[in-house]
Amino acid sequence: MEHIVIIGNGIAGVTAARHIRKLSYKKITIISAESEYFFSRTALMYVYMGHMKFEHTQPYENHFWKKNNIELVHGYVTKVDSQNKLLQIDGAPNLTYDKLIIATGSKPNKFGWPGQDLDGVQGLYSKQDLELLEENAPNNKICKRAVIVGGGLIGIELAEMLRTRDIPATFLVREKSFWNSVLPSGESEMINEHIREHHIDLRLGVSLQEINPDKNGRVKSVTLAETGEEIECNLVGLTAGVTPNIDFLKNSGVELGRGVKVNRYLETNVKDVYAIGDCAEQHEAIGNRRPIEAVWYTGRMMGEALAQTICGNRMAYNPGHWFNSAKFLDIEYQTYGWVFSERNKKENELHFHWRHPEEKICITLAFDKDSGILLGINTFGIRLRHQIFDRWLSEKRTADFVMEHLVDANFDPEFYKNFEAQIVSKYNADFGKSINLKKRNLKRIFQLR
Amino acid sequence: MNNQTHSPSMALTGEPPKSLSIGQKLAVFLGISGLGILLLSVFNVRFPNKTLWLTISLLAITIGVIWFSWDAYSKKLPGIKNDGVWFKSISSRGLWGWIAGLALTGFYIVLYFYPEYLGLVSDGENKGVIALFDPLSQLLNGNPASQWFVYGTLYTVAILAFGIKFLWKYRHNRYERLRTISVMFFQTAFAFIIPELMARLNGDKILNGGSLPYYDLKNIWPLNYYNFEGYRIKMFLSSGEIGFALLIFGILSIFVITPILTYKYGKRWYCSWVCGCGGLAETAGDSFRQLSDKSTFAWKVERWVVHSVVVFVTLMTTAVIYSYLGTDSSKYWLTKSTFLIGVAVLLTLVFGWAMIFKRDQLQKDAQYGAIGYFVIILALIGFHFFSGDGEVFLFKSGTLRKSYSFLIGSIFSGVIGTGFYPIFGSRVWCRFGCPMAAILGFQQKLFSRFRITTNGGQCISCGNCSVYCEMGIDVRAYAQKGENIVRSSCVGCGICSAVCPRGVLKLENGPLEGRIDSNQVLLGNDVDLMTLVNQK
Repeated sequence: MEHIVIIGNGIAGVTAARHIRKLSYKKITIISAESEYFFSRTALMYVYMGHMKFEHTQPYENHFWKKNNIELVHGYVTKVDSQNKLLQIDGAPNLTYDKLIIATGSKPNKFGWPGQDLDGVQGLYSKQDLELLEENAPNNKICKRAVIVGGGLIGIELAEMLRTRDIPATFLVREKSFWNSVLPSGESEMINEHIREHHIDLRLGVSLQEINPDKNGRVKSVTLAETGEEIECNLVGLTAGVTPNIDFLKNSGVELGRGVKVNRYLETNVKDVYAIGDCAEQHEAIGNRRPIEAVWYTGRMMGEALAQTICGNRMAYNPGHWFNSAKFLDIEYQTYGWVFSERNKKENELHFHWRHPEEKICITLAFDKDSGILLGINTFGIRLRHQIFDRWLSEKRTADFVMEHLVDANFDPEFYKNFEAQIVSKYNADFGKSINLKKRNLKRIFQLR
Repeated sequence: MNNQTHSPSMALTGEPPKSLSIGQKLAVFLGISGLGILLLSVFNVRFPNKTLWLTISLLAITIGVIWFSWDAYSKKLPGIKNDGVWFKSISSRGLWGWIAGLALTGFYIVLYFYPEYLGLVSDGENKGVIALFDPLSQLLNGNPASQWFVYGTLYTVAILAFGIKFLWKYRHNRYERLRTISVMFFQTAFAFIIPELMARLNGDKILNGGSLPYYDLKNIWPLNYYNFEGYRIKMFLSSGEIGFALLIFGILSIFVITPILTYKYGKRWYCSWVCGCGGLAETAGDSFRQLSDKSTFAWKVERWVVHSVVVFVTLMTTAVIYSYLGTDSSKYWLTKSTFLIGVAVLLTLVFGWAMIFKRDQLQKDAQYGAIGYFVIILALIGFHFFSGDGEVFLFKSGTLRKSYSFLIGSIFSGVIGTGFYPIFGSRVWCRFGCPMAAILGFQQKLFSRFRITTNGGQCISCGNCSVYCEMGIDVRAYAQKGENIVRSSCVGCGICSAVCPRGVLKLENGPLEGRIDSNQVLLGNDVDLMTLVNQK
């Protein structure tokens, strides 16, 4: 019986395992050094905040794995011998494989800052990082102030977490506005306001010079590059993005770039070795996507695609329309298709932006300047129906069409106040149109005849 | 993972956001002192002015809760307020949770089985805490209080005070706000004030001099398992047109109104918008919703237990009605035999419909269960024709009724259902015991426009939805597959949708077509691949 070994029990590896099991009776082993069972990384923050216990982050009950005949090995792969198809594992006996799937995810970026390895300096990615945070910042007596370095999704999560324990947080963002490499300025500005509303000390356009130790080798303070200001703190959170976690593959013969190099079939240069999820790097980027996509959803999608290939139905990783979501403190964010920031947007990309006069709600619609065809949408504080926007993007609908049918796409809970009328009237005013908003129609939404 | 050498055994127990502010402590003290007055009166401390002291007590409880909520939520921005839920002793089965559970359980045992300790005197003036409620009872219905009046008042105060807390906590969510205002209204008006005022009509000429039974109009059979008992039927029928109308309303409630509303909106129209048990669970019980058991094992137990209760209540009610019906069809058209035949026909129709048209949607074991129970009911009815007078089926109807009232009406719904809030979560009764919920759920699963829609591929499997589901539904198990959630137990409280950080879940009423299988495609991947993935 063919033995499929998967290194890494995150969403990519586990999805691959589940789908291989659905399709075949192959022997499946998942190796992880991080945790005994699969858990949802995205939920770690809720454990620190007390919304959940760690076991709640595990999507499957513990008996699931045995029932589905998926073997779990708790250990750290130190060496991959691809010639003999052999894995050396710290903490468990060596394993041989017939096919190997590398799904080892990421690790936090460290950019060589002086003091980045001191006690009290950490990233936020793994279960161990969470445990470390519990040691470094259990309360505001031990951790009197925290400094967060890097203004992305993990940084703002860490700030939110610390605020639940009343630990003052200083948030250093290199850019002039929060996450403005991704978000258009109106949205980015609104999030700046919201961060400050939560009493987080947001410092824009500021970067880290060095981290200073006390006499015990613990962090004492940080020094800022631009002003030389020294901020005393007991915790430094390094949240300036992630990088593939592939150090153990050096000298394995597997071609590495920043990640494990793969083709569209998620195959590496070595036969029977594959890579999926955060650690995989496409030779060429797919469409507007990045070569390395460190996103929950893409990890899952790669796992689904690879399972087909492994089970004899060779299939390329062929993602559909881009989508993503996040939550910035109290504000939910969803995106479908592509909306680029001013910094990255192409010439033909035109934006329509609407923001609620008081509440933290806004949308940005991106469309082609000439044809008017929809490119993408960002919403903050309004939920959208994924299916509808996926359909509209496939059907190459125009911005006018989207505006006319906007109510159909609303996914907010029942009885919520809707803002489509205001949105459309601003659109009409901005572009000199006279679009009439259509009423919500179940037949259109559910595509009934 | 370079830091895997770090000890993984360290328990995640820091010093989390669990302490109370000074304001919250004072508020708790105020609320407890309100309860303290009631407790003192239980031990027959004589209060000189009952009206004054009762008012002080109830106000202290209410203001305590409201003050606490104000302190906890009003200074924070609107949004999800679950910080520290699993760190606080009271909401994570800690010491305070157990103490609260024991205290509540004790209260229910005394209430149901030893009301004399509360001061109930059947022939003479009340004593203790019941006497303290006499003035309020006199004011509303013109009679001295009973233990049920005391309970009803406290129940209403709890729903109102904790309802305000809930309104504050979810002030950003209009669905939650409207739903809570609705349960607060139905409890105050329908369960508390209207029945008390109705009691004032007793003996009046508008009722032809008759008396109406105590009737909470929103309490529908089989939750209100005693509604069709002989003494109540007599009272309804002796109270003129109003009495007759109420009786008809009781019958229509379960056979007409309920099916229509459940078809249109799912069982939530009742369970989390109207029902008193649900009302208490959603307000006073809200801090405990996360304690429900999400395991597949618990789900299995739930299905067996709750459906057994349905069978039990059906048998019991049939037996009770049967016992007071006559045999002579020339006196009254409804006789013992026609009634039994009617019940059998109705059950057969429902059962046959489900088996013929909805076979695919039933869980396998539900099918076995249904077949088994159906056979039992038919067999028991068959036995009747071979059993002697005064007995129905195999038992005396009175015995059956008493056992039901003791086991289900008191122990299950009260002592376990509410007393164990801090241990098993707020909806133990609704989930495992309520026959009304089971019947509505049966319809919701098979014939309703309601579903929780999963939003394409946006789920990140975080598990907030499952943790905060009071009915113990593993919502995430569906959402992460992109499937809609159509579960008979779902009461439509909407909290899964509220706590979801990615906007994945939406409660909605839509077409039956594609309700269950509509979104098995997790959007995002190659469409051809997803067709393959979905092949079963």
